[in-house]
Amino acid sequence: MASLKSIKKRIVSVKNTRQITKAMKMVSAAKLRRAQENVVAARPYAKKLGEVLQSLSLNQEGDLHPLLEKRDARKLLLVVVTSDRGLCGGFNSNLCKAGDRYIKENAGSYEQISVMTVGRKGNEFFRSRYSIYRNYANVLAKPNYQTAAVIAQEIIDGFVAGEYDQVELLYNSFRTVMSQDITFQPLLPVVPEGKGVEDETPVEFIYEPSVDELLAEILPKNIEVQIFKSMLESVAGEHGARMTAMDSASKNASEMIGKLTLQYNRARQAAITTELMEIISGSESIKG
Amino acid sequence: MAEKMKLEILTPYNKVVDTEIDEVTATGKLGEFGVLPGHAPFLTSLRIGELSYKNNGASASLALNWGYFEIKDDRIVVLVETAEVSDAIDIERARAALGRAEEALKKLTPEDKQHKIYEAALQRAIIRMQVAGKSARK
Repeated sequence: MASLKSIKKRIVSVKNTRQITKAMKMVSAAKLRRAQENVVAARPYAKKLGEVLQSLSLNQEGDLHPLLEKRDARKLLLVVVTSDRGLCGGFNSNLCKAGDRYIKENAGSYEQISVMTVGRKGNEFFRSRYSIYRNYANVLAKPNYQTAAVIAQEIIDGFVAGEYDQVELLYNSFRTVMSQDITFQPLLPVVPEGKGVEDETPVEFIYEPSVDELLAEILPKNIEVQIFKSMLESVAGEHGARMTAMDSASKNASEMIGKLTLQYNRARQAAITTELMEIISGSESIKG
Repeated sequence: MAEKMKLEILTPYNKVVDTEIDEVTATGKLGEFGVLPGHAPFLTSLRIGELSYKNNGASASLALNWGYFEIKDDRIVVLVETAEVSDAIDIERARAALGRAEEALKKLTPEDKQHKIYEAALQRAIIRMQVAGKSARK
């Protein structure tokens, strides 16, 4: 049986760990609320922009905008949004594994697949396996629109230059605090959502300047917004995942402390019993 | 009582304005325009500029960055990257930004990549000061 002292030491160290995990849980809970608010706040903008894009692309005249052009998809770019920091359960590893699987499954249909990572964890995972097109790390602590715009610009430039013919976005979308959905989202070329709503008569808008010019402005914006949204969702998901992970870690630590305390008390009792026995047998022998 | 229009101004961060209004003026790509209730469906992109609206005689103005403006059935939706209400503008900061942009522009030629960025910054600063100045005079 382990000595009293060593058990005591372990209890203390587990207690310290529990304190840390508890604190991290609190921090994540607070950050989660802010991140969640950001996600909700960004939704109407993204939705509206999508609607406008749709109505514009339906009324499009003249030449196809380069970002709408469907080419022979031979080169694929996968944009993976992960977190910068770990200790959030399977949040990053599940996403990376899904990306890895996707690449392996589709390796046959593309000549070349490259990966762009947003977030340090994704970069660490993919850099040893595939060619990293570009990495953005440490941009997620405070996701802002400017960063999203820079990333979007880079993606658009590469697409127009023909460095890849198809872009997919992979990220954890925020569903509830407990669960995140791994989401694949086609980014480029832009496919305007279905013309499904037939019964709604299209409104004849006055466009100023022309439809094509407006489209040329709104298409890149749409990419920016989608990236921004994926960043926000990913951050919210990260905090949710970390909160859950840290909660169960704290629970495990408490359980461990309980077990160790039991062990400690047993050892203490055993020690006392032995001591008593020694004393009693000592006094017995003196009595003779 | 004239009809009212509904105005919503959205940015990626929040909803800046959601209110009923009588009339609105904004800076479009092709110039300033005004909209009154009953306007035909209209879609335009906005430049860095000022947007002001009136409701029951009270007016308010905002400094807008890139965005676009849509009106349909007397519902106006303005999507912009940033929108600042006149009261929230920090004039000192805008003035400093203006100075910085001017300094930078002196050193750059129009061929430089940075030139465009600073030009936009200059415009934004000017508009901010213009909008803020209005509210100060009120």
